[in-house]
Amino acid sequence: MSAVEYATPSVTRPLPAAEGLSEKVSIRDLDFFYGDNRALKGITVPLYRGRVTAFIGPSGCGKSTLLRILNRMYDLYPNQRASGHVTIDGDDILSPAQDLNLLRAKVGMVFQKPTPFPMTIYENIAFGIRLYDKLPKSEVDDRVRDALVRAALWDEVKNKLGASGLSLSGGQQQRLCIARTVAVKPEVILFDEPCSALDPISTAKIEELISELTDDYTIAIVTHNMQQAARVSDFTAFMYLGELVEFGDTSKIFTAPDDRRTQDYITGRFG
Amino acid sequence: MALYESRRRRSRIAEGLAVAATAFGLAWLVLILGVLLWEGFSGLSLAVFTQMTPPPGSAGGLLNPIAGSLVMTVIAVAIGTPLGILAGTYMAEYGRYDRLTTVVRFINDILLSAPSIVIGLFIYEVMVAQMGHFSGWAGAVSLAVIVVPVVVRTTEDMLILVPDTLREAAASIGLPRSLMIRKVAYRAARAGMVTGVLLAVARISGETAPLLFTSLNNQFWSLDLNAPVASLPVVIFQFALSPYHDWQKLAWTGALIITFAVLALSIVARTLAARKSS
Repeated sequence: MSAVEYATPSVTRPLPAAEGLSEKVSIRDLDFFYGDNRALKGITVPLYRGRVTAFIGPSGCGKSTLLRILNRMYDLYPNQRASGHVTIDGDDILSPAQDLNLLRAKVGMVFQKPTPFPMTIYENIAFGIRLYDKLPKSEVDDRVRDALVRAALWDEVKNKLGASGLSLSGGQQQRLCIARTVAVKPEVILFDEPCSALDPISTAKIEELISELTDDYTIAIVTHNMQQAARVSDFTAFMYLGELVEFGDTSKIFTAPDDRRTQDYITGRFG
Repeated sequence: MALYESRRRRSRIAEGLAVAATAFGLAWLVLILGVLLWEGFSGLSLAVFTQMTPPPGSAGGLLNPIAGSLVMTVIAVAIGTPLGILAGTYMAEYGRYDRLTTVVRFINDILLSAPSIVIGLFIYEVMVAQMGHFSGWAGAVSLAVIVVPVVVRTTEDMLILVPDTLREAAASIGLPRSLMIRKVAYRAARAGMVTGVLLAVARISGETAPLLFTSLNNQFWSLDLNAPVASLPVVIFQFALSPYHDWQKLAWTGALIITFAVLALSIVARTLAARKSS
């Protein structure tokens, strides 16, 4: 938190070449405004298909803001706007013509605090499934089961699917939320500090889960926990004061970052 | 130390004043309920619920005002609740950041505290005077006008208490806003919203002033809403002011019935609210 006296780096640093990877989500020259306050400044970063990208940086650097652009969550609130280019498989999602419900079905999100709906465990998951597919009950049952298995929650809840989602522990609730997200079959999943309200055991379970999900999904995770970023991600982006300071292979960012600010942050000198 | 002593002294004085004020307020309440029980309980009998209001000097009951009050209350709630819930939903969900919402909330608060006699006069002008006669419909509508602001207020308050994170979670799986409101927000706010409706019922079941100008009164059995309809508060008003002892006795009994009906509703409302917070 000391005064920062770094030289201004070139913001448009060439991105590291990623052999054999395709960009699922491309973010280019993205600005974001809360009213007149510019919270993101010319962010350019890719999310590679089937990979986990971690966003790290001190509080208020814009990580969560960036995540909330990818499913246009900011649209729920007045006086917030994004400008620049964000494409998913080439489709411009910032376009006013973008259908937000379809976008959000494609880009799922797991939040900092567990947010189960006030309904049964079964309904929490079946709800999202029924939204887009009219399925017979047996098939809904199967998909609920699949989602709970994927979220490593099935064994703990299979005998109480009719209980309220709110009756579960915090870690279970968070896995229920992951199951709910997975059940809708999204293509991208955004995790916004998913473990910050959880104990270490639940955290470990969720991290394991994230690693398993990469087979089918493109994942972005915001975290304050650098060990977590190092453990779960393939790529890491370091953000500071609304700018993207450095992006690259997680192993490189954590062992040999190019920028001194990145190095200071990951070694705990500030932030 | 002297400072500490004087602070303690002042604290004790403030505490004493607070206890005294509470005791003063409670004493009157207990007194009112006591007199009501004393005077009203002795008049309770089966006849009260089975016979019509009598002419002075003969036996009778309160069946027609009880039925009239029930019917008008039910209609008032049936009109007022959907209006109130829809308006409250608009204010909390769709128009939360609109200027219009601020204006509506301000006007709603005025309506909430408007003297009910003003509402009675208003309905008298727009319904009774136009139709040319007093009617049960006019009574029900004037009660509905009292229900609306109460329900608007509680609906908005309860929906605003639903955390935004829940709305975001619903949006994050692609739930359209209308579904989010019906399936998630209403469900989370249900207990509070039901409490609001029950409070509105409690409020209108004792209202006399608006009914004096609208449904008036009826000595006989009549559920024809195009004609004057009897109601408990108006009968109590009329009978209590009369010089006849048996009428006064019935008025006490009617007051007891209303009080206990409202008490029962409040208990239901509190229980629901408590279940919500647990």
